[in-house]
Amino acid sequence: MSSTDHTGDLSAAHAGAAHAALPRLEHHFDSYEQQRETASLGMWLFIGQEMLFFGGLFTAYIIFRHLFPDAFAAASHHLDIRLGSFNTVVLIGSSLTMALAVRAAQLGRQKVCGWFLIATMVLGVTFLGVKAIEYHAKYVENHIPGVTQFHWEENFHGKQIPQNQARIFYGLYFAMTGLHALHMIVGIGILLWLLYWVRRGRFTPDNYNYVEGVGLYWHFVDIIWIFLFPLLYLIGRH
Amino acid sequence: MSTASSAPARNYLNSSYGLWSWLTTKDHKRIGILYAITITVFFAIGGLMATLIRLELATPAGDLLQPDTYNRVFTMHGILMVFFFLVPSIPATLGNFLLPLMLGAKDVAFPKLNLASWYCLVAGGALTLWALIHGGVDTGWTFYTPYSSSYSNTWVNVTGIGVFIAGFSSILTGVNFIATIHRMRAPGMTWFRMPLFVWAHYATALIQVLGTPVIAITLLLLVLERTFHIGIFDPTLGGDPVLFQHLFWFYSHPAVYIMILPSMGVVSEIIAAFTRKRVFGYRFIAFSSLGIAILGFLVWGHHLFVAGISTYSALVFSVLSMLVAVPSAIKVFNWSATLYKASVSWETPMLYALGFIGLFTIGGLTGVMLATLGIDLHVTDTYFVIAHFHYVMVGGAIMGYLGGLHFWWPKITGRMYPVFWSKLAALLVFVGFNLTFFPQFILGYMGMPRRYHAYPPEFQVLNVMSSAGATVLAVGYMLPLIYLAWSMRYGRKAPENPWGAVGLEWETSSPPPPENFVHTPVVTGEAYDYTKKVYAFPTQEAELV
Amino acid sequence: MWQNLPLFPDSASTLAGQVDGIYLFSVAIALIFSALIAVMVITLAIKYRRRHPDQIGSEEHPPEILELVWSVVPLGIMLVMFFWGARVFVTARTVPANAVEYHAVAKRWMWKFQHPSGAREINELHVPVGQTIVMKMTSEDVIHDFFVPAFRTKYDIVPGRYTTVWFQATKVGEYHLFCAEYCGAEHSRMGGRVVVMSPRDYEEWLTHGNAGVAPAASGAELFGTLACNTCHKSDSAARAPKLDGAYGTQVTMVDGTTAKFDDDYIRESILNPQAKVVSGFQPIMPTFKGQISEDQLLQLITYVKSLSGPGK
Repeated sequence: MSSTDHTGDLSAAHAGAAHAALPRLEHHFDSYEQQRETASLGMWLFIGQEMLFFGGLFTAYIIFRHLFPDAFAAASHHLDIRLGSFNTVVLIGSSLTMALAVRAAQLGRQKVCGWFLIATMVLGVTFLGVKAIEYHAKYVENHIPGVTQFHWEENFHGKQIPQNQARIFYGLYFAMTGLHALHMIVGIGILLWLLYWVRRGRFTPDNYNYVEGVGLYWHFVDIIWIFLFPLLYLIGRH
Repeated sequence: MSTASSAPARNYLNSSYGLWSWLTTKDHKRIGILYAITITVFFAIGGLMATLIRLELATPAGDLLQPDTYNRVFTMHGILMVFFFLVPSIPATLGNFLLPLMLGAKDVAFPKLNLASWYCLVAGGALTLWALIHGGVDTGWTFYTPYSSSYSNTWVNVTGIGVFIAGFSSILTGVNFIATIHRMRAPGMTWFRMPLFVWAHYATALIQVLGTPVIAITLLLLVLERTFHIGIFDPTLGGDPVLFQHLFWFYSHPAVYIMILPSMGVVSEIIAAFTRKRVFGYRFIAFSSLGIAILGFLVWGHHLFVAGISTYSALVFSVLSMLVAVPSAIKVFNWSATLYKASVSWETPMLYALGFIGLFTIGGLTGVMLATLGIDLHVTDTYFVIAHFHYVMVGGAIMGYLGGLHFWWPKITGRMYPVFWSKLAALLVFVGFNLTFFPQFILGYMGMPRRYHAYPPEFQVLNVMSSAGATVLAVGYMLPLIYLAWSMRYGRKAPENPWGAVGLEWETSSPPPPENFVHTPVVTGEAYDYTKKVYAFPTQEAELV
Repeated sequence: MWQNLPLFPDSASTLAGQVDGIYLFSVAIALIFSALIAVMVITLAIKYRRRHPDQIGSEEHPPEILELVWSVVPLGIMLVMFFWGARVFVTARTVPANAVEYHAVAKRWMWKFQHPSGAREINELHVPVGQTIVMKMTSEDVIHDFFVPAFRTKYDIVPGRYTTVWFQATKVGEYHLFCAEYCGAEHSRMGGRVVVMSPRDYEEWLTHGNAGVAPAASGAELFGTLACNTCHKSDSAARAPKLDGAYGTQVTMVDGTTAKFDDDYIRESILNPQAKVVSGFQPIMPTFKGQISEDQLLQLITYVKSLSGPGK
């Protein structure tokens, strides 16, 4: 057992004595350190399950892209690469502001932390707004399976692309980006809640694990997009 | 020892009163009880469905229920029993109650999340029951496409979302348990001093966290397919219905280990306590739990041997599936060998544990037969499979659950259960179970397909035997419900450690105080040490000196 | 009552004996292990029962070497089962070269069979004893499964593709045919019977009111009525690939990939012609999706296949 592993440490037995002096320590933990490490482990585990969750979609994507390479390339060309790239930059920027918010919380600079959280939210909302524009364009073009009469007739490099294969691409596109957007919406909700607590001065350099956990989550959602963007927008572009 | 068992001490049950105090509790022990009540309700409804199935199959003609009704009944039986009873059964009740106690912690790592998990199960269950009341679902619990995506006219989406939500109960419980085991152990509680129950739950939690999200996304894709016809599972749109089976079994095979591993953990505890010695091969049992959890992710293809996968993949999945039998055999033999030169007490929990060994052995060996390609070809999708997985999931998981419930009943409620009735119930469950499911092995080899509501007359005798056995089994399940409820009020008061067992949970009062231990325990030795004391409770004054 | 209690199914195919062999072997193994464990557990639990309330178990354990024994011995036995079972399975999944092709189209909730002679039947399948038969199967709706317990074989029938199962009946008689994959309301009644007849009786059955046009001939006719022959001609100036001798070969596509010219490829090319266009040709073929039934597809495939058969 390593010495950093708190729970194996015999001296922790009396840590409860100091409990009363640590207002933000939950009753079942012995120290801020234990509380923070536990929260962080929990968040990593949650991210682990999220990866498997998206993993099912990526599996389906890989299989069908392999089966219908031309249809996927053709359908991909109908996505707006400029908006997609813009959104990628926006999200990377939001990851930066999120990281700065965590850093500010760690240093105990609550006010700065709050502003960075707001910046992150603004960028997140921007992303969703651009996504909505893209979705609307697809709606107008009748490229949303099951919502409008799905329509596709087009040759791609001289090949006629079967409507159903394009439909599967868009089915996966909306499933993947839709779930990603849902994660963004949940994330923005959590940021609002976090902002409330930051404003009330809840976090201290010893105890900012909520900010850290939300930060991990936000970075994870960004990373999913970093995978989605090339898979969905950049097929067959050289 | 700090608490005296004579005084009516403050405990987690009497520390606060009222429904609201229970619905908002963050105490892992109370949440365990909430789960126990919830899954008992689901078990009762699932059991009612089983009763209807066995009544229908008493005659070959299919004359009791309409075919449509029968299909809804076996589907609901499967969904309720698998997702709403077996998966949460031991981890969410006994696991929740005991993990912090066994580790010497005050609670699980995330108490609020723990409560949220319970609400997920309730919400998912409520949605599923809503679907049941409004006409049910008829796809089988396996939801195979394209039947479920394009043909069934029942509440597939609602049930799918219900299971999806309940899945998050399982995922969050798994997250909680892993974090608890990593970070909440008492001083001196090293990894190899942990009880085997904890190891089993660690392995289970890994599957819960890594497997369950896959079925969640699979069911979500099914809902999208049904609603928007995105085409991925629909052969008429170019999709692949067999892809669904791959994704489904990637979770649902490991899910079997979510059901059986905690039960194995319970059996390890019971055997140690009622032989009063250290379990033989502690590390082998601990690592075999992890081995089963890891191998469990590599064998899903054995559900698809005749579904259109290549012969080559079938060979690979066959040999991988057989490997799972090795860690399983290690456990069974280690438990048996623990009895050597032991002090064996034939208390009720021990009866369940010994019954578990018997039923799990048969379930495991028939599992190896199903992994054997030449046999699977004939018996897959027949009653042989039904018998096999009931031996593992009912014979295994429920024997463990009932055994554990009796073993820790004094700790949970502070009362003893009636000895005679409990032993009678254990016997009835064992005998009734075998009468119900053993004939189904023969039926399966005879060729009776599963999910048949009417069948050729030559299968009747075996079906009648099975239905008759089911009545015995039903009595065996109802008895504990009655006498355990009775004992909560009228049972003899339980001492701190009625069995003379070793384990941190037996070092606190029965029922335990809300904070579990008045003084944080310190562990100085290995688990199951009957020769010397390995738990100390230094008071703070002593510590300061 | 007990004469109504059969414990073992009829054995009526060459495969049945092989499946029974590995099955009985593994049952014996299971019985030995169960008995071993039961005897061990019960004997030890009685012999070492608690004699007085405070007794604790001895610290003594059996030798550690046992761990190795009970890991390696089961592993060895399982490897035997694996190889034996794999051999039976590979036999069952490898269609013998001399097999005669029958067709099955499953739909909710019936079976449609067509014999090589063209005879058609529903929910009943007459076959001659001793003949190796391969059933080429597809489904019009959901997944079904062709299961004849007396033949000890089964295979799923997946919509949108062809799967096969082969058997050689060895005993004259009537046997159950089941659908073994859940397919909805009448799943349990989607069955029928397989009638195994002597070759002479089978010939007689075919000639008495069960005549029909052979699938290849029906396919040839369809090939004309659907105007396939306007492009798929045997001369070199054709606008479409030559089909004579093509079956079973590797074909190169316009995008450089190759595909095997088999049943599923023909099916795809008829329903979705643009998916894989043979190198050197234009994507001009129209789709026939929705215009032909599963039965007709099978006939066309049989015809195309016959163009590469012996004597061509």
